[in-house]
Amino acid sequence: MFKGVYNWIDERLDITPIWRDVADHEVPEHVNPAHHFSAFVYCFGGLTFFITVIQILSGMFLTMSYVPDIQNAYYSVEYLQQRVAFGGIVRGMHHWGASLVIVMMFLHTLRVFFTGSYKAPREMNWVVGMLIFFVMLGLGFTGYLLPWDNKAYFATKVGMEIADTVPYIGPYLKELMQGGEIVGAQTLTRFFAIHVFFLPAALLGLLGAHFFMIRRQGISGPL
Amino acid sequence: MAHGSKDEKVVYVGDSRVKKKSSQPLQPDYSSYPGKSEAFIPNFLLKEWMVGAVVLVGFLVLTISEAPPLGYPADPNNAAFIPIPDWYFLFLYQLLKYPYAAGDYVLIGTVLIPGIAFGGLMLAPFLDTGNERRFYKRPIATSLMLVSLAACVYLTVVSWDQYQHELEVQKIEPEHHKRVREAEKNALAGKPYNHPKPNDSVALVAADDPAMETYKKATCIACHGGELEGGGAPALLGVGDRLSKEEILTVIKDGRGAMPAMLDTATKAGVTEEELDKLADWLAKQKKE
Ligand code: HEC
Ligand code: HEM
Repeated sequence: MFKGVYNWIDERLDITPIWRDVADHEVPEHVNPAHHFSAFVYCFGGLTFFITVIQILSGMFLTMSYVPDIQNAYYSVEYLQQRVAFGGIVRGMHHWGASLVIVMMFLHTLRVFFTGSYKAPREMNWVVGMLIFFVMLGLGFTGYLLPWDNKAYFATKVGMEIADTVPYIGPYLKELMQGGEIVGAQTLTRFFAIHVFFLPAALLGLLGAHFFMIRRQGISGPL
Repeated sequence: MAHGSKDEKVVYVGDSRVKKKSSQPLQPDYSSYPGKSEAFIPNFLLKEWMVGAVVLVGFLVLTISEAPPLGYPADPNNAAFIPIPDWYFLFLYQLLKYPYAAGDYVLIGTVLIPGIAFGGLMLAPFLDTGNERRFYKRPIATSLMLVSLAACVYLTVVSWDQYQHELEVQKIEPEHHKRVREAEKNALAGKPYNHPKPNDSVALVAADDPAMETYKKATCIACHGGELEGGGAPALLGVGDRLSKEEILTVIKDGRGAMPAMLDTATKAGVTEEELDKLADWLAKQKKE
């Protein structure tokens, strides 16, 4: 039955080569921890992606309860954590995952750096990787404000003051991010939109480019 | 492009203008490396999945054992709160505390040092262009990275230590601990354990009571608002749920925390003891429902 449906679609769209290309590509021995234990360092990229998927999924569930306005944001988070079944787990996964994804990304970056994998012909992938790095930090910064407790509020305020010191563009940058003169209602809706729509969209685009380039160039050879 | 160099071979796919790929560019052939290559799916992914499963289990154990922190609702007027960013921004936060990267020199901390560090990292492939990939044969790149790493770790640790120290000196309990403690206490006492929402649709009870006039006359209105809705001070709507009449009277007469003792002020404004008693009575009646 499943095979029949698959064949019917494949006859029309010729989809086999697409997934075959991903499935059949060779994984060389030097990146395979089953052969060399030290090759576990090559797992960090995949693990970063794994945690990123967890972040996206848990984030989708968080938005079912979260209310992005300053009157309700805190109480919606508290409600989720205390009253919604498994709400504490969902929020916990997103909270701890946010740290873990940074750790994994950091380890992955170090692996690429110390194995010299950023060298020709992979320069572009390194630059894309750095852009991913900044997007991730942006996600961390904007997400931190959303629970709207004192920690969130004052950390964002400090962040804004730091942005303010940048010459020429600083004050504009600050006002753009804040959506006004103060960290307030506008800032929260703005950060919410950036955290939930803008940055994830950028992240997915960059990840697509990242994976496309890895697939085209293959993993770097043994040292 | 079709109109590119003359000797470029162009093959079109079907009747489209899309070129057919002649060969896979840049695809390395691992058969040239000695060793055991294997297919990505299923052979390799099944093994990598085991690594993923171990990470997932560890992650879920952490998630279940340690509830994500939540403090009290943001209060822009809270001057005592010590701001602290998430841990991965601490190195930058700490850098800005050093005199050579703060005040007049803040640009060194906010633009120059991070700019050089992240700019250098971003452009690494174009700065370190040699063919050598092994880190122990690239002394400059490797040592720069190790020094930066050490600096980041150092700044992060120092920043966290200073934060802990400040909490200790100022005898501040982090709000997310305090909230959990209070929630547990309330839960054991059978009270609602969520943080009460300010004037959570608690209505003003008996607004036409003569005590309302006393409330205005005694200048409580300046801090607690014309409708008891709060302002500089907490709302008094629903205060009867929290305090008894006696307790309210004590707060009025002796003050509490940031609230001054109001007996003298009230007397000077011409409020009698009896009126204050009625006022406390009325406030004690401010209950939800
Ligand atoms: C200078 C501003 C100010 C004025 C004037 C003032 N209060 Fe207060 N009041 C406060 C503050 C601040 C608190 C919170 C104290 C604390 O956090 O312990 C408070 C707390 C209270 C509380 C306890 C509320 C609770 O939820 O526990 C009561 C009751 C109260 N005030 C009644 C009055 C009355 C009645 C008057 C007028 C006679 C008055 N206050 C005038 C500032 C003021
Ligand atoms: C969400 C974040 C990221 C994800 C999910 C991700 C994922 C991956 C994966 C799965 C690989 C295959 C090899 C491996 O697993 O080690 C890879 C390779 C690579 N990554 Fe990333 N990555 C991320 C961020 C970064 C960052 C921050 C950088 C560096 C600035 C970077 C640079 C590279 C480079 C240059 C390669 C090719 C390495 C080689 O061929 O040996 N990536 N990435």
